[in-house]
Amino acid sequence: MKIVIYGGTVIDPANDLAAPRDVLIEDGVIRAVVPPQSGLATGDMRIDASGLIVAPGLIDMHVHLREPGYEYKETVLTGTQAAVAGGFTAVACMANTNPVNDNGAVTRYIRERAQAANLARVFPIGALSKGLRGEELAEIGEMVSEGIVAVSDDGCPVMDTHLMRRALEYCSMFHLPISVHEEDSYLAAGGVMNEGPTALRLGLKGIPNAAEEVMVARDIALARLTGGRLHIAHVSTKEAVALIRQAKAEGLPVTAEVTPHHFTLTESAVEGYNTNAKMAPPLRSLADVEAVKEGLRDGTIDVIATDHAPHHRDEKEVEFDQAAHGVVGLETALPLALRLVHEGVLSLPDMLRTLTVNPARILGLPYGTLSPGAPADIVIFDPHRRWTVEARNLRSKSKNTPFDGWDLTGKVLWTLVQGRVVYAEEEADRRR
Amino acid sequence: MFHRRHFLGIEGLTKDELLFLLSTAESFREISEREVKKVPTLRGKTIINLFYEPSTRTRTSFEIAAKRLSADAINITAAASSVAKGETLLDTARNLVAMRPAALVVRHPCSGAPHLLARLVDCPVINAGDGMHEHPTQALLDMMTIRAYKGEIAGLTVAIVGDLLHSRVARSNVLALTTLGAQVRLVGPPTLLPPEFRLWGVEVCTDLRRGLAGVDVVMALRLQRERQARNFLPSIEEYARHFCITPDALAAAKDDVLIMHPGPMNRGVEIDSQVADGPYSVILEQVTNGVAVRMALLYLLATQEREATEEQAEVGLHAPRRHAGALA
Repeated sequence: MKIVIYGGTVIDPANDLAAPRDVLIEDGVIRAVVPPQSGLATGDMRIDASGLIVAPGLIDMHVHLREPGYEYKETVLTGTQAAVAGGFTAVACMANTNPVNDNGAVTRYIRERAQAANLARVFPIGALSKGLRGEELAEIGEMVSEGIVAVSDDGCPVMDTHLMRRALEYCSMFHLPISVHEEDSYLAAGGVMNEGPTALRLGLKGIPNAAEEVMVARDIALARLTGGRLHIAHVSTKEAVALIRQAKAEGLPVTAEVTPHHFTLTESAVEGYNTNAKMAPPLRSLADVEAVKEGLRDGTIDVIATDHAPHHRDEKEVEFDQAAHGVVGLETALPLALRLVHEGVLSLPDMLRTLTVNPARILGLPYGTLSPGAPADIVIFDPHRRWTVEARNLRSKSKNTPFDGWDLTGKVLWTLVQGRVVYAEEEADRRR
Repeated sequence: MFHRRHFLGIEGLTKDELLFLLSTAESFREISEREVKKVPTLRGKTIINLFYEPSTRTRTSFEIAAKRLSADAINITAAASSVAKGETLLDTARNLVAMRPAALVVRHPCSGAPHLLARLVDCPVINAGDGMHEHPTQALLDMMTIRAYKGEIAGLTVAIVGDLLHSRVARSNVLALTTLGAQVRLVGPPTLLPPEFRLWGVEVCTDLRRGLAGVDVVMALRLQRERQARNFLPSIEEYARHFCITPDALAAAKDDVLIMHPGPMNRGVEIDSQVADGPYSVILEQVTNGVAVRMALLYLLATQEREATEEQAEVGLHAPRRHAGALA
C-alpha cells in the first residue's frame, strides 16, 4: 500500500524541516519526504494537501482514558476517537483508573483495549504507588514489562518525600520518567480554585501558587539528589516556571509540560461558578499565564499536553465545591496551540515540537518525526480554517470543555497511524 | 426600581437598586406593627424555603415574611428531604419547581449553589446565604437598621470584626456599604483576614482598638468554633482576648456607636454581654427589620414571576397552565 501526500508544507521539527514537500508512505512507514514534483510514483491513495500543514502525528503525554472503571466518562475507544479527531496519533494515559493501573494486568488490559480500538497508539503510564495511596511503590518493573512509558500518581500528589526519593532512584533503572502532579495536599486542602481576589469574591476556597512551588522545589532537590528523571506535569504558576528554568540551567534531568487551558484561560473563567473551569491545578492569574507562555517560548516548558480529563455531566452540573476536577482537551488542543503561533509566542515548528518530538523523546518513543523509516503517524491540518467549538459535537464521551462556543482557527483534516487513515474530516462530517 | 428575576447577591447591584430595595423594605415594616399582621399581596402563591444548613433566624424570618404576605410557606431542610437519599441539589430543586412555587429561597453550604439553580431552574431564586459567598438579605437588613439610626449611610465609618475569610455576611455588607458610600474597616487576625480585601476599597486592620477608633458602627461576626481545629487560631480564648468587643475596646469609637451582630452570638467570644445588651446595641432591631426586607424581596420577585408566566402564556408556552387558570 502506497500513499502519497502532495502539495502540502511539511513541518518536521525533529529534522528542522519546514518546507513544501511531498511525502511517500509505503507499508505504514515513511519512505521519502521530497520537494514537490520530484516524480513520486502514483500511490494507491493520493492526498491533496495543498494549503495544508503535514506534520508528525501529535503526541499527548497526559490524558485520562478512564478505562477500566469509569467507562461512563470515557473509554479507550471514545478517548482515542477524540484523539485522532484532534490530530493525536499517540496518547499516554494516566493510572487513576479503577482498578488503578498499578500492576501489569491492568497495563495489559489497557493495551488490549487500545488494540481493539485500533485508532491512536495508547501508552499506559503506571502508578508510582500502590493504589495511588502514596505509601508503597507500585509494581513498576512488572508494568514496564507490559509497556508503561512513565510513572505517575497524577491527581494524588506524592506527599511522602522519602517515597518520592525512592521512586526516582528506582525508576532510573528503567530510564523511566516520573510525571509529577505538584500540589502540596496540606496547602491545597479543600481548595477549588486559584487563591486570590476572584476566589475571595466568589467565596470559594483558594489554592495558593505556593502549593505548586514548594512541591516543584522539593522534587527538583530530589532530582539533584538521585539523578532520576523528573517530568513536571501541567505547570500552572510563574514560580514553578522559574524553578524549572533554574533546574535546567543547572543541567538537571527535569522536563515540564503545560496544558492548553493553563496557557489560554485565567481564573476569571470560574466567574459564575463555571464548573468547566474547575481543574487541578487550578486556572491561575494573568501573570501566571504570561509566565507559562514565556516558559514555552524559551524552552523551559518542553511539552504541551492536554490533561484530557473527561467527566460526566452529572459530575459537573453540581455545586462548584462538589464538581469533579478537569476538562476534556484532545479535540481543542491544536487550535489553542495555534493561538500561540498567531500571538507570536512560538513559531509553528516550535509549537509542533512541543506536541511531537519533545514528548516522544521524554517517553522514549520512536514517533513524533517524519524521518524516512519512521512509522507513518501523520496529521494534516488547515492552519487557517475557522470553526466553532460545540461541546455536544465532541467525540469524547464527555463534553466538559470550557471552550464551548469559542471560535478557533486550525482544523485537523486527516490523521494517519502507521500509514492508515484513522480520521478524515469530510468522512467524519458525512457520518454526523 | 428592581427588575431582576433572582436575588443572588449584593454584588452587581447599583446604588439606586439598593436604595429602592431599602425604601421598599421600609414601607413593609409597618405591616409587622399592625394588630393584624397580614396583607393579601401574595395570596395563592407558594414560597419554598430550601435550607441545606441549620438556620433558625433566617428561615423563620423568610417564613414569617411569606405568611404576612398571605403566601403559603413551605420549609424543607436538608435532613428531612431526599438529600439523605442521594438526590442532587438540581434534581431536588427541579422537583420542587414542578410544583409551581412563586419563589425558591435557598440556603446552602456551597458558594454559588443558588446561582446554579438560577441558571438551570425556571423559578425566581433568593439567596438566603451561600457558603462563604454572600448573605444578601442580611446586608439589606443591616443597611435598613443603620439607616433607621443614622439616616444616611454615605459618610459613615463601619468596622466589621472577626472571621472575615469565611463570612458571607461580611462580603455582602462590604459590598452594600461601599456601594452606598460608607468607609469600611475590616478587623481580625491575619489568618482570617485575607489582604486581597484591600482591592474592595476597604481598610484592613489587625488591631481591635485601632480598628474601632472613630467608627460609627461596629458589626461583630460569629466565630465558628471549628476554626480553632483548622489552625486559624490557637484557641477561642486567645481570639476573645484580642478581638472580643468589650466596653473597653469601644472606648475610641464614636459615642453613639451602633453595635450590630448577625447572630447567633457567642457571648464572651466575639462580643461581650455588656455590649450586646447595652444601650447602643441594635441586634434585635436587625431581626425585626429582617422580616420587612424579606417581605419586600418576596413581593418584588414573586409578583414579577406572575408577569413572566403571563408573557409565556401569550406566546403559547405552558398552555396547560393557562387552561388550568381558565378553569379557576
